[in-house]
Amino acid sequence: MRDAFFRAIEGAARADDRVIFLTADLGYKLFDPFAAANPGRCLNLGVAEANMIGVAAGLALEGFRPFAYSIAPFATARCLEQIRNSLCGMGLPVVVCGVGAGYAYGVNGATHHGVDDLGLMRALPGMTVLSPCDPRETAALVLATLALDGPAYLRLGRGRDPVLPGTDGPVTIGRPTVLREGREIALVATGGVASEALAGAEMLARDGADPLVLSAHTVKPLGSLVEVLADREVHTVLTVEEHGPYGGLHEALCADAMTERWRARILRASAPDRFVHDPASQGALRRRSGIDAASLAAALGEARC
Amino acid sequence: MATRIRRHVVRLSHSGRAPHVGSALSCVDILVALYFRVAQLDPARPRDPGRDRVILSKGHAAAALYACLAERGFLPVERLAEFAAEGSALAEHPSYPTLPGIECTTGSLGHGLGIGAGMATGMRLAGRPGRVFVVVSDGECNEGSTWEAALWAPAQRLTNLCCIVDANGLQATGRTAQITRIEPLVGKWREFGWNALEVDGHDLDALVLALSSPDEERPTAIVARTTKGKGVSFMEDDIEWHYRPPSQEDLLRALAELAEDMP
Repeated sequence: MRDAFFRAIEGAARADDRVIFLTADLGYKLFDPFAAANPGRCLNLGVAEANMIGVAAGLALEGFRPFAYSIAPFATARCLEQIRNSLCGMGLPVVVCGVGAGYAYGVNGATHHGVDDLGLMRALPGMTVLSPCDPRETAALVLATLALDGPAYLRLGRGRDPVLPGTDGPVTIGRPTVLREGREIALVATGGVASEALAGAEMLARDGADPLVLSAHTVKPLGSLVEVLADREVHTVLTVEEHGPYGGLHEALCADAMTERWRARILRASAPDRFVHDPASQGALRRRSGIDAASLAAALGEARC
Repeated sequence: MATRIRRHVVRLSHSGRAPHVGSALSCVDILVALYFRVAQLDPARPRDPGRDRVILSKGHAAAALYACLAERGFLPVERLAEFAAEGSALAEHPSYPTLPGIECTTGSLGHGLGIGAGMATGMRLAGRPGRVFVVVSDGECNEGSTWEAALWAPAQRLTNLCCIVDANGLQATGRTAQITRIEPLVGKWREFGWNALEVDGHDLDALVLALSSPDEERPTAIVARTTKGKGVSFMEDDIEWHYRPPSQEDLLRALAELAEDMP
């Protein structure tokens, strides 16, 4: 997903000479092709996230379209007030890019885990929150952000995220991607963990179920998510996110469902509400959290019985 | 003009029942030097890409900024009466994009210099001729983000960026020198790689000279030595006026000291 992001940024810069890339000293060698192709439009701010967002704001005020990149917690929590006042407060079209969604930086430890970024960014007024599930959605969303007239947060996986079926069509902000058609029961995932949801759905399908699987790549605004679920007469949903239980996809969907008077059972699979003090690989941490394919299949299978 | 701006400031602080009159009086001469002598601005074309940008990073001194914008022709002087009123565009801290001439939102400290560095970068990239002036307070130099920007701008050789420190020696709860080891301020900026100058922040000609002396290699930092509450004897160097809006009696006393025929 990260490599797809860098290729997409290069494409965006070719299409739009206002695109400028900012990094807080991360992405070793990854942005070299961009820097070579776009002199002056690749800025390394050093290990200084607050200044990166300030500089991005100043560039946006001069008419540029900055993408500001760091590891998810550093790109969001570290410089939260700069994002809040300068990007959201002034409505500036800056895309904050947080790499390492969820437990992508597994053994790096809890400081590097991106398990509260969705909640932090969703709370900010006027912020669009994007969390693509695979490289193709990532590339499409990078281009889609160029049409926004305010700030966005783009949450990225680290690498090796598989290309998922269903993401080859058009990707529209606020419209979930159907990864697997189905009815009555659904897995709604956000981010790269959607691959686990899809694999879990196939396990359930072997038992005779027909679960719908969606990539909710836009976590704010949710847009047509409830409508897509209601159209397929879904009565039981399992939300899947590599993020803590608060402020993420599950809460967003519950709130929309209440507002739109859509009645369904909305179950949650998420990272736990605690720091990981014994870090492990992303796969192990997913299993520990119950957001791996087998756990998801078991959770939804149990609920539909 | 500085006296006229100071008269506005004490009136606004009184009518708006707003704090920070001391902070606003402190930077009046800096803002007058910028808005009336140095910065290339056209009130008829407030978004002209070729203009100089002025950022009041110490946003709590907004009364002085609004007064300068009004006297410079960016908004009718009568509109100053809206200061800190319900529903007014003239909030106690400047907000973008509510008024022509306000380049960005400030109020929380430590944001302006980074934004200014971004503007200076963007202007250079776009081939725009203007300079960016950022007015910060010495208290604001407590913020790490100010120094993040201070480290980065010289590395980028942002010669079109100028940071003016309104060094009045007082911050919200005490003397700056007693709260952090802020001095030597000039030495700090110089060692960070800036063209660092020190001036009397109430000497208009000295300010104009410093503001008109960009360096060919480095961004410029001007440490302007000022007095909080400058121009009103009973407000000078007294932290009380960081908080207290002037009463009717205070206002009359202040206006009597700030006679119109003074320079």
